[in-house]
Amino acid sequence: INHIVHNGGLYKKPFNEAFEETPMLVAVLTYVGYGVLTLFGYLRDFMRQWKIEKCQNATEREEQKDFVPLYQDFENFYNRNLYMRIRDSWNRPICSVPGAKVDMMERVSHDYNWTFTYTGRVIKDIINMGSYNYLGFAQNTGACQEAASKVLSQYGAGVCSTRQEMGNLDKHEELEKLVARFLGVESAMAYGMGFATNSMNIPALVGKGCLILSDELNHASLVLGARLSGATIRIFKHNNMQSLEKLLKDAIVHGQPRTRRPWKKILILVEGIYSMEGSIVRLPEVIALKKKYKSYLYLDEAHSIGALGPSGRGVVDYFGLNPEDVDVMMGTFTKSFGAAGGYIGGKKELIDYLRTYSHSAAYATSMSPPVVEQIITSVKCIMGEDGTTIGEARVQQLAENTRYFRRRLKEMGFIIYGNEDSPVVPLMLYMPAKIGAFGREMLKRNIGVVVVGFPATPIIESRARFCLSAAHTKEMLDTALKEINEVGDLLQLKYSRRRLVPLLDRPFDETTYEETED
Amino acid sequence: MDVKSTPSYLYWLFCQFELITCSYLMEPWEKVLFYFFNLAMLGLLLYTTYVCLAFHASSAFQLLCSFLGNPRENSLSVVK
Repeated sequence: INHIVHNGGLYKKPFNEAFEETPMLVAVLTYVGYGVLTLFGYLRDFMRQWKIEKCQNATEREEQKDFVPLYQDFENFYNRNLYMRIRDSWNRPICSVPGAKVDMMERVSHDYNWTFTYTGRVIKDIINMGSYNYLGFAQNTGACQEAASKVLSQYGAGVCSTRQEMGNLDKHEELEKLVARFLGVESAMAYGMGFATNSMNIPALVGKGCLILSDELNHASLVLGARLSGATIRIFKHNNMQSLEKLLKDAIVHGQPRTRRPWKKILILVEGIYSMEGSIVRLPEVIALKKKYKSYLYLDEAHSIGALGPSGRGVVDYFGLNPEDVDVMMGTFTKSFGAAGGYIGGKKELIDYLRTYSHSAAYATSMSPPVVEQIITSVKCIMGEDGTTIGEARVQQLAENTRYFRRRLKEMGFIIYGNEDSPVVPLMLYMPAKIGAFGREMLKRNIGVVVVGFPATPIIESRARFCLSAAHTKEMLDTALKEINEVGDLLQLKYSRRRLVPLLDRPFDETTYEETED
Repeated sequence: MDVKSTPSYLYWLFCQFELITCSYLMEPWEKVLFYFFNLAMLGLLLYTTYVCLAFHASSAFQLLCSFLGNPRENSLSVVK
């Protein structure tokens, strides 16, 4: 269903998001495939138990066979019987900088993916469609690399302390002021690990007696942080504002479960871009709801900072909203800045509180100085403060690449999820054998992709996820699209029943009403 | 792909069958077992079709022949 929303002036440009429904035949055939694999899984488990076949996975020791079984649940069954068969598409070792092209070490398996051996050959110049390199800052040459190596020779690599003890360098202070200026907030704080930023700071912000309203498809770090905090968690349907409003109304009207007291705090957890769906949060509506029901908003911009917006400042910039409306702006430096770590931005009181009470500040080692310098240089480049227009050009290039790539894939007839402007492009595969086949066929054609299946996605909705980059030139994208077309024909992946009419430079006459033909 | 009945098209169809039923992922002995089971089921289905339907088909054919052969004798019973 295509949503083009002009919701009472909240959206300044059309919001095009589509999640095409799974065709019935494809769903049935996917279940057939999983059924066959399950039957063979039971057969193999039987053979392993009766020692007809050698057992190569982890099992209990002989003395512990009478204890409560450890490996009987579905996760472990899936792991040994389904995941092992297609395991060669993951954990591939790369041996160069993960830019637009990457080198990979070749591996073979002689016992059906239980063990791998390296042939010693290095596959060179694989087009990298899987790395989170949205603005192309994963480089080993250029201004960022020079600045980082100078700082490395000045400060060394290790910090050997936490932020609160002896690990607070002047570089960290400089970074935090710069990030606050970049985002348009009063103050910011940076942490060494993006996952830890979420999981260690949400417990510092909310506790028992508070309510967390979290999106259905939130990342594991947000879920972990919410559970660790001890607050009550309620889930609303993905990007569905009616569901969120209903939950907010119920929360205000009924209060806490037994005592009916009002909630101490209501925190809404959303992400800027959801990396498995490629969808963008409906931020104007969320902010309107937040103001109406007096709750707080925690926005996780892991994938959207640097990747969205006319000046690369994230989803707030993309919708043209005021950054002060978002109470806690969180993001990571891993994706668009070519470094590692996370940050939280907001009002000065909030950040000063987090400096004292966050677990990450008190116990985690602070960021390494060369990494800090890489972030500082890349943020200055995006803002244009280094005197060049490289940053602006990259943001534009990413937006063009996104539009072009998504348009071409939709024209070819694949089912693509998500928003038109998101650089994360999930291409639906559905059937389990096609997950393995797609990964292998694309590697044969020198293109590296990330394929995702259960448990990161629902069991029948497995997909291949492309992450576009400003470092991809049009030739690379054209090569990739040609190969994807070929593999799509070979594996029969073109499931879409709605074909977009290719945009031609023809005058608008009476016979062309819509863009889609059914 | 090419013209419909070339060997490459049949091979491609076989590859689609392999992908859908996940026999692409199986080890060779598993594939043998799976195909044997499939062919056995198919053979059984064809045999059952032949045995059950052949009887009905032959009796229906006899009835039709009797209608065509003797139009005057069965004129009252035949619906015009």
